[in-house]
Amino acid sequence: MKIIVVGCGKVGTAIVSSLVGEGHDVVVVDNSPQAITEIRDVYDIMCICGNGANFDTLVEAGADSADMFVSVTGSDELNMLSCIIARRMGIEHTVCRVRNPEYNDKSLNFFRQQIDLSLTINPEFLTAQEIFNILKLPAAVNIETFSRGAFELVELILKQDTQIVGMSLAQIKKQVAQSFLVCVVQRGDEVIIPDGKFVLEAGDRIGITAPKSEFQSLLKKMGIVQKHTRNVMILGASTTAFYLAKMLIAGGNGVKIIDKNRETCLKVADLLPQATVINSDGSYQEVLLEEGLSSTDAFLSLTGLDEQNIIISCYASSQNVPKVIAKVNRAELTVMAEKLGLDCVVSPKNTVSDVISRYARALQNSMGSNVETLYKLMDGKAEALEFNVQSDFKYQHILLKDLELRPNILIAGIIRKRKPIIPKGDDEILAGDKVIVIAAGQSLNDLSDIMR
Amino acid sequence: MNFKMVFNTIGKVCNIEAILMILPVITCLIYREWSSLFAFLITMAILLALGTFLTLCLRPKDHIIFAKEGFTIVALVWLLVSAFGALPFVISGFIPSFVDAFFETVSGFTTTGASILDDVEALSHGMLFWRSFTHFIGGMGFLVFVMAVIPNLSDRSIHIMRAEMPGPVVGKIVPKAKDTAKILYLIYIVMTALEFVLLALGNMPIFDSIVLSFGTAGTGGFGIKADSIASYSPYCQWVIAVFMILFGINFNLYYLLLIKRFKPVFKSSELHCYFAVIAVASAAIAINTFKTLSLSIRESVFQVASIITTTGYSTVDFDKWPVLSKSVILVLMMLGACAGSTGGGLKVSRAAILIKTARREFKKLIHPHAINNVRFEDKTVEEETTAGIATYFGLYMVCILAVFLLISFEPFDIETNLSAAISCFNNIGPGLAKVGPSMSYSAYSNFTKLVLSAAMLLGRLEIYPLIIAFTPSTWLRK
Repeated sequence: MKIIVVGCGKVGTAIVSSLVGEGHDVVVVDNSPQAITEIRDVYDIMCICGNGANFDTLVEAGADSADMFVSVTGSDELNMLSCIIARRMGIEHTVCRVRNPEYNDKSLNFFRQQIDLSLTINPEFLTAQEIFNILKLPAAVNIETFSRGAFELVELILKQDTQIVGMSLAQIKKQVAQSFLVCVVQRGDEVIIPDGKFVLEAGDRIGITAPKSEFQSLLKKMGIVQKHTRNVMILGASTTAFYLAKMLIAGGNGVKIIDKNRETCLKVADLLPQATVINSDGSYQEVLLEEGLSSTDAFLSLTGLDEQNIIISCYASSQNVPKVIAKVNRAELTVMAEKLGLDCVVSPKNTVSDVISRYARALQNSMGSNVETLYKLMDGKAEALEFNVQSDFKYQHILLKDLELRPNILIAGIIRKRKPIIPKGDDEILAGDKVIVIAAGQSLNDLSDIMR
Repeated sequence: MNFKMVFNTIGKVCNIEAILMILPVITCLIYREWSSLFAFLITMAILLALGTFLTLCLRPKDHIIFAKEGFTIVALVWLLVSAFGALPFVISGFIPSFVDAFFETVSGFTTTGASILDDVEALSHGMLFWRSFTHFIGGMGFLVFVMAVIPNLSDRSIHIMRAEMPGPVVGKIVPKAKDTAKILYLIYIVMTALEFVLLALGNMPIFDSIVLSFGTAGTGGFGIKADSIASYSPYCQWVIAVFMILFGINFNLYYLLLIKRFKPVFKSSELHCYFAVIAVASAAIAINTFKTLSLSIRESVFQVASIITTTGYSTVDFDKWPVLSKSVILVLMMLGACAGSTGGGLKVSRAAILIKTARREFKKLIHPHAINNVRFEDKTVEEETTAGIATYFGLYMVCILAVFLLISFEPFDIETNLSAAISCFNNIGPGLAKVGPSMSYSAYSNFTKLVLSAAMLLGRLEIYPLIIAFTPSTWLRK
């Protein structure tokens, strides 16, 4: 597919990286020659230096033959304008980044309909949503949802004193007596697709699928302690913090926001009367302690500085705050943060690039590929793919235990008539099913690719 | 330095060269030339053995390459491909000396067309075919070909492409490097086939049409007759002249024509300059050497086209022309064709930007505070590009003079040596006086032949790749 991306800042580069990785033809438009020079050498793409809302520039970028248009420059207005022009030039699918909260209320719907946008993305809102989901299941470090929420894949890190550490998967299954599947385990740098004999160790990062409604009881039976989040402390009154606080307050949680800028604090206090807004410098440990860091259920560091977020989150962890989440934008810092013991890190730009590559997948799907959705797990080292089973699929009516799968492949879930099934050895794949496959270290394009 | 990636790529290239030798093998079979056939088969076996060894034993863990690896791969590939391409000549005994054969093959791949053969017609058909086929591959670039046929050479193959494709700024015409290479080769092959058909329609023998089309397409210039193109009909001469000019045009423009964007093609400043130079030079030579109207126009246009595109075919011995015409030819040799074409030389766009930069410097002297941008192709040329072109021009002159000095101990006059240096460096082929169109380079010593081979490679790859590949710091862990 041919995709034009306007703007190659942090988010743009992340999007380009994932789109190129999936084999799309990508053309990048940016008005900074320096940004163009940098990205041109790293990815196999075509670059055009110019204004993304300029007709001639878009002609040069080949807008007449493009399938998808993504505008993610720093300016909402420029993004909207270039999407309008691209849409008028005949690109059917336009994606626009709109992050100003003032455009993100009711006017957004009106705007989307009027200029026929396919998708608007708001990185701050998406990040807030991701954090909100994690807070609902605090033991998790990451949650992915499949098939419109029928399935969830929860990633969690096993602590030293967890009950299931040292048990094999078969033993756990006997003890828990509930349907679940450990799909993927990350140990050190290695990503493993485990079988029944696999023994879990402390420090493993595991991905579990189970029907959504049974997760709470499942985790309890596994001995993974979960404390319900009631009080949340947020450092940095950023846009993300605002969206998140709004969701948390609506869910009945107590929210405390700390920011050192008085103007910002006044604004947030005005918009969120239920929240406690503190005007102080949260990078001082004294301030955090005074505001009750040690008694809070969750601490979120959402300032604009990656380094500050990492360091303060480390401090919060050391004060035994049950759930600590840091916002880290740069990928290389994410790895460092995990080494420092921060298990839960969210990255807005990765969230956004996931959404866009998922959209591109779905689009390609309508053009003939079989992959419904794709999720990156374990920092991109493994993939979860959702396939539609066509009627000409060769391996129907064969019990799963008789299928000869390729190594590092696992069938993690089957959705039949909208009901999720956690697959066991005597299940089978039928036409019309949706099948979720986890693959490590390989990329699949068709369901038949999983067979040996 | 990602050594494994560099040598793995070289291995792939060896395999591909072996596969490409199937074509001359078929020619040998058709003409029942068994000794040539044998020579090709031995070379293929050596290439396949080396290629398989390198590709199987050196499997790179990461496929990431940087500019440094790109330059090194290109330089080493061109050297090795030429060395192995010379083997059939040596094994079959047509060119017994390896240095001669190496010179001939480098001259082929770099599309120079300078020959050490005094009697071309003595070669077998298989050898003649291979000699001209090297023009065809070298014209668009060996690695561009490899890129087009091998899946996933590297994620960053743009570095290789940039090192191999001549011109001040190398850009892709479609987002993926592989697709760009495919499109370029497709245009290239279709145009070559078209020329072949037109030549064959003009009653030229099939073998001659194929071989001469290869020579024109790569802007090479190896003929198969002692008098180059002179003995063919005027129709064939015109067809070759027109196609030489066409192959000297930036291939990106053909792609724009294909996707029906005509405006930028007709507005291209480089194209205007190119045609203007051809028109003026042809007119000057036609008047200077006037015999009859149609003959003079044909001879002058053919020769100008042949020299400016750095092909080197000839219909007339221009060494016997008056000094004015010879001087025009010498200047055209240095100018070269358009960037992004198969031609060599300095390139029209570089020359145009150089002149515009010089004009800006004049203006600056008169109005010290004036802001003047150099504009080309309706765009402001970036400061980095103008500086790069000026540096390249300096380096280019230094290299030519160095080659001229290195070969100056030869017992020839200055005209011969200077024109040999210029002709080889710019990938033309024939020079003036003792290396004129009717002569060959056979009188030079082995040392000079090696220096001139290096000059041809330097000129084809535009200097930097070879120098970078042979700089110690490229190879050491620094």
